[in-house]
Amino acid sequence: MAERSKYVTPEQQLYAEMLEKGMYVGLLLLLLTFLLYATGIVDPYIPLDKIAEYWHQSSTDYLHKAGIPDGWGWVGFLGYGDFLNFIPIAILAAVTIFSYLTIIPILLRQNDKVYATLAGIEVLILILAASGLLKGGH
Amino acid sequence: MRKKAWVILLILSLVFLLSSAITPAFAQDAAQTMAEAAGDHAWWFWPLVLFVVTFVLGIFAVLGGVGGGVLYVPIISGFFPFHLDFVRGAGLLVALSGALAAGPGLLKSGLASLRLAIPVALIASTCAIAGAMIGLALPTYIVQIFLGVTIMGICVLMLTAKKAEYPDVSQSDKLSSALRIYGVYYEDSSGKEVDWKIHRTPLGLVLFIGIGLMAGLFGLGAGWANVPVLNLVMGAPLKISVATSKFLLSITDTSAAWVYLNKGCVIPMMVVPSLVGIMLGSFVGVRLLKVAKPTFIRWMVIVILAFAGIKAFLKGIGI
Repeated sequence: MAERSKYVTPEQQLYAEMLEKGMYVGLLLLLLTFLLYATGIVDPYIPLDKIAEYWHQSSTDYLHKAGIPDGWGWVGFLGYGDFLNFIPIAILAAVTIFSYLTIIPILLRQNDKVYATLAGIEVLILILAASGLLKGGH
Repeated sequence: MRKKAWVILLILSLVFLLSSAITPAFAQDAAQTMAEAAGDHAWWFWPLVLFVVTFVLGIFAVLGGVGGGVLYVPIISGFFPFHLDFVRGAGLLVALSGALAAGPGLLKSGLASLRLAIPVALIASTCAIAGAMIGLALPTYIVQIFLGVTIMGICVLMLTAKKAEYPDVSQSDKLSSALRIYGVYYEDSSGKEVDWKIHRTPLGLVLFIGIGLMAGLFGLGAGWANVPVLNLVMGAPLKISVATSKFLLSITDTSAAWVYLNKGCVIPMMVVPSLVGIMLGSFVGVRLLKVAKPTFIRWMVIVILAFAGIKAFLKGIGI
């Protein structure tokens, strides 16, 4: 753990460090996978010259017409350049969950049961959001 | 240096206005027209224009003291040929990335308070999920109308809301005392330590229900609402409010972003140019901040936002 300011609690310092690592990994991977996609090194599922035919439609129509499953269905398309970008996007969206998970043991050690519970509930809510079980749609 | 900065700002404004002037012809009409119009250009045209516009937005966001998401969603949905679903998805990821980039530094410096953020984030992120689901279930034109109204409301808020550097909190309320939400931070400008505590916690938490709903519904970062509630309602010092609000977005927007991601509202060719554009713009904005006149920039941001809000509203009612 890096040197901690006297104004910062141990769990806040740990959370910040976890968030920082995840953010750097996510952003660097995002640039890398986008380069692979935009330069054509990895072939996209939707050809670059066809993408404009989809982005004016609703997401429901886009998924239907392009034959893409919703939820975590993109995992099955990771061989394509465009879907490769979903890995860093998922990392950026998941880093908060990991940051919360790292501080729960510290909160429990401090006997801060209320905040440990709040952090635990937040993790469950974010996992529920990430699961794809909650769906809205036109 | 000052003159040079203004020349840069003027050029960027012209680029922004030019890009906006090009785009309405494509954005106003029905989906079919958009598809045909978009087909007139090489595939890289719109991502490139998106990058340039978001770069300028990134500068304005920093100079105007607003988050990137609140500028991004109304302007891109109003003037680009992208469906609102994808704009909201990208807007959330833009706001999320900005919050992730700023969050660690703010937490390590002690300006953002994890203890204040955790209960607030739990409510806001839960409601953001509900907002995202409602937003994706409602017809697009309804969301567009509400987006326009909300953006115009934000303009009014920016014009009228006061800020309190150190709000007077004579006594903590019972809930914040029980949760031990208080702290101390080092104020650089005075070289002194500032003790802080909060009050009216239950009211603040209730207000975050609405903030979370709107963040998810419109894909906006919610800094514009977080700061007044944390600062004026709950009584956190302005610096703590601004920093905690920025960090808070990393949690609120995460929950809504997952809903949009799972619903297929993410197109990398939109997300990455937007994200890189707004981040590079923010870096330039921070440098320009030293020489720019903040009052003038803030007025300019309000005018641009009002214009985008009216545009979103008119688009929603079919004009």
